[in-house]
Amino acid sequence: MSEAKQYKYIGQRTIRPDGFDKVTGRANYGADLSLPGMLWGKVLRSPYAHALITKLDTSRAEAHPDVLAVAGFEDFPSVNAEAFAAGNGDSGMLDLARNILADKKVLYHGHAIVAVAARTEEAAAQALQLIDVEYEVLPPVMSIEQAIKEDAAVLHEDMFTQGLADTPSAPSNIASRMELKKGDVAAGFAQADIIVEREFSTPTVHQGYIEPHATTVRFDDNGPSMVWCPTQGHFDVRASTARLLNMELGQIKVVASEIGGGFGGKTTVYLEPVALVLSRKAGRPVKMVMSRDEVFRASGPASASKSRIKIGAKSDGTLTAVEASLYYEAGAFKGSPMAPGCMTVFTPYDVENMWVEGFDVVVNKAKAAAYRAPGAPQAEFAAEMVMNELAEKLAMDPIDLRLLNAAKAGTQTLYGPKLKEVGLVQCLQAAKTSEQYQTVLASGEGRGVAAGFWFNIGGQSSVIINMNSDGTGTILEGSPDIGGSRASMQMMAAEELGIPLDRLNPIVTDTEHVAYNATTGGSRTTFATGMAVVEACQDVVAQLKSRAASMWNVTSEQVDWQDGSAINLAGEDVMTLAEICAAAEKTGGQISGRGNINARGAGPSFAVHLCDVWVDRDTGKTDVVRYTAIQDAGKAIHPGYVEGQFQGGAAQGIGWALNEEYIYDDNGIMENAGFLDYRVPLASDLPSIDTIIVEVPNAFHPFGVRGVGETGIIPPLAAVGTAVSDAIGLPIETLPCSPPRVLKLLQEAAK
Amino acid sequence: MKTHVTTDINDEAVEFLCEPQHTLLHVLRNELGLTGTKEGCGSGDCGACSVTVNGRLVCACLVLAVEADGAKIGTIEGVANRDSLHIIQEKYLEHAALQCGICTPGLIVSTQALLEENPNPTEQEARYFLAGNLCRCTGYDKIIRAVMDAAQCLRQGA
Repeated sequence: MSEAKQYKYIGQRTIRPDGFDKVTGRANYGADLSLPGMLWGKVLRSPYAHALITKLDTSRAEAHPDVLAVAGFEDFPSVNAEAFAAGNGDSGMLDLARNILADKKVLYHGHAIVAVAARTEEAAAQALQLIDVEYEVLPPVMSIEQAIKEDAAVLHEDMFTQGLADTPSAPSNIASRMELKKGDVAAGFAQADIIVEREFSTPTVHQGYIEPHATTVRFDDNGPSMVWCPTQGHFDVRASTARLLNMELGQIKVVASEIGGGFGGKTTVYLEPVALVLSRKAGRPVKMVMSRDEVFRASGPASASKSRIKIGAKSDGTLTAVEASLYYEAGAFKGSPMAPGCMTVFTPYDVENMWVEGFDVVVNKAKAAAYRAPGAPQAEFAAEMVMNELAEKLAMDPIDLRLLNAAKAGTQTLYGPKLKEVGLVQCLQAAKTSEQYQTVLASGEGRGVAAGFWFNIGGQSSVIINMNSDGTGTILEGSPDIGGSRASMQMMAAEELGIPLDRLNPIVTDTEHVAYNATTGGSRTTFATGMAVVEACQDVVAQLKSRAASMWNVTSEQVDWQDGSAINLAGEDVMTLAEICAAAEKTGGQISGRGNINARGAGPSFAVHLCDVWVDRDTGKTDVVRYTAIQDAGKAIHPGYVEGQFQGGAAQGIGWALNEEYIYDDNGIMENAGFLDYRVPLASDLPSIDTIIVEVPNAFHPFGVRGVGETGIIPPLAAVGTAVSDAIGLPIETLPCSPPRVLKLLQEAAK
Repeated sequence: MKTHVTTDINDEAVEFLCEPQHTLLHVLRNELGLTGTKEGCGSGDCGACSVTVNGRLVCACLVLAVEADGAKIGTIEGVANRDSLHIIQEKYLEHAALQCGICTPGLIVSTQALLEENPNPTEQEARYFLAGNLCRCTGYDKIIRAVMDAAQCLRQGA
């Protein structure tokens, strides 16, 4: 075993550089920018879940004295169905356009139809009431079961299931099917001593970021138009907006405001292109802010799912075959996270025979958006529930069952590559020896264990570091900071350059000051943008060495770089970074480093969670009494924010497992579109969430980083589900385990 | 028909004109430029717009702007003393108790209200007092640690 490298800043709990602004209210988020002469934009939304628009007349609204512009689908002149990767989803531009302003048909309650811009918010709201729309209401398709029926109402007449041997001749609500296989599952199940098979379902849930979508834009004929918005990826907002409005990338500047949570839900556009159309027509800046009701009804829910899992094992616990059928709701347009679900469902385990099929199904709900490890929580929930049932039936410790079958370096994944070094075994061992696992359960309590896997991604990041003549520097990056990433960029740069943290100021710039950066998502930022920062630092150091060499009349090769200083290997001379920067004017001009990369080698992150619950048998209410999140971070740059990712993922997963769900009436109208009735976990709902950071370094990153943002939301669903099942002694097949549902299970069992 | 309101915000005299239907939150953010107070729901469910009115913790989205007349309003902008942070703000930073930061102004105002009312809360009391402030990023663990640490420092007169 090699000794852990000693770092000066990496691994410390530093104060984040953007912290002062965020605790004093100075930081500016999406809705915080106002411009002189600004208009307010508002959106008319569908009152039906599924309907044809038979008449749309905006003339009375346009005649309103305070209304300056109206926008509709026809204002997106050049959309076509060509595939276009915007954010995490691969949605065609036509679908994207039809989602943000409907084209003759509305596909969910709250679907945007037309937008108006007026001098005041009140006038904009009045104008919406003056728009005359007539509908031919169609039957709503609100679940996978309804959608895949032979006689189901079809959402898109031009949707023919892709991925089948023969493309069907009739349209349906199944956009596509996929299949992955390895080995021979029939033979594998034939070798099994025990087989467990079960079906599960999970509800539609929302990312629940506290900041609603918002934007302020200013169209400009004479220079780049400006779009200000909270987004996980302003470069991709620019790309989508430019395509929809038939503009060039250079004609739009997108400024990423501070972002009040995203979790995948702010990787696409809703308002920005619409606001820019309104601004172009009105010749004035336009601001649009969604209400919470609009956020729930018309932005990013995560897919509801149905699944069937079958696992076979020998009597000693060795898995012989695994099989899954996974159905995901895409919402109104194709593009659920079916594929990552199929790819992740069994990846924690090294099994010879595997078979998985997935279905992408459209329903009359808002188009699903990415949500933290998109597709994985639904799939791995089902697989982990069956693993726990298998452990129980084999009378094995569930951690031992997982250790026996755990994926490790060399494991052939179902989706392609063989795994490199990964930390699942270490996470399982840490779980087994954890304080919580040693704690004996009290009467009425139940315990659940679950593992989780997420790939993580790399991708394009572009960073510039500009040094000043006094030795301070500015790190220009293009990755929106959603949970403290400026701190990790500052720490990595300080470590690499060998200068104090406060000499370096990390700035998330707009789309004009650095080259393209992929969206903050896929747990990529500390990994990929961190690598770009390191590369930019190496560029700076190379220049510093060359300047020192020129002053010493030696070659660059005769200069070493240590602890923030150049050292003349041919003599005794030492020159600090600040001294070299001070002399830059005389040695060739200012120093500036660049790191433009397409990062490969993102190391997967595995996690194991432990959950203990107590269930009130009179009300069906579940209290989480103990919780531990264990995850491989590769190397934790800032342990405080790494733990924060584990805890935040755990809390969202607990909410998904216990309370969160979209509730619809018979007409497909969401009945709980607010935080009072869509209950995300409160401080009083949760216990302390203990964390254990496992560090199995990722060899592809200079400091060993693995992304940590997403995996943490995967294990809670089955850890909580199993704990509830353990507490009440009944199987759990449907989430959430909300009080009415658990009470019903208890009452039915008592009969 | 606009109404003239005279009020005190963060110990400064302030006057404004407002429509009768406008909330205190609307006026703070859109008329007075005090955008540190955030809007997350507009229905009193998330606490992002927590402010104090005459010392009482309220959601600014549920208070009409005209009700501010003659009152003393406290917002996040008044918590720090010029460039020196309040101990609560320092503890939030030290404990990494914020990720995206959108709920942080409201939580800090609520934490200050909690510790004025109850300088020595139990963890459970802190969790219930702050149950009106939603945070979607942190799972609350580090927030509660920051609050308990700040409470201890304040009791010790730090």
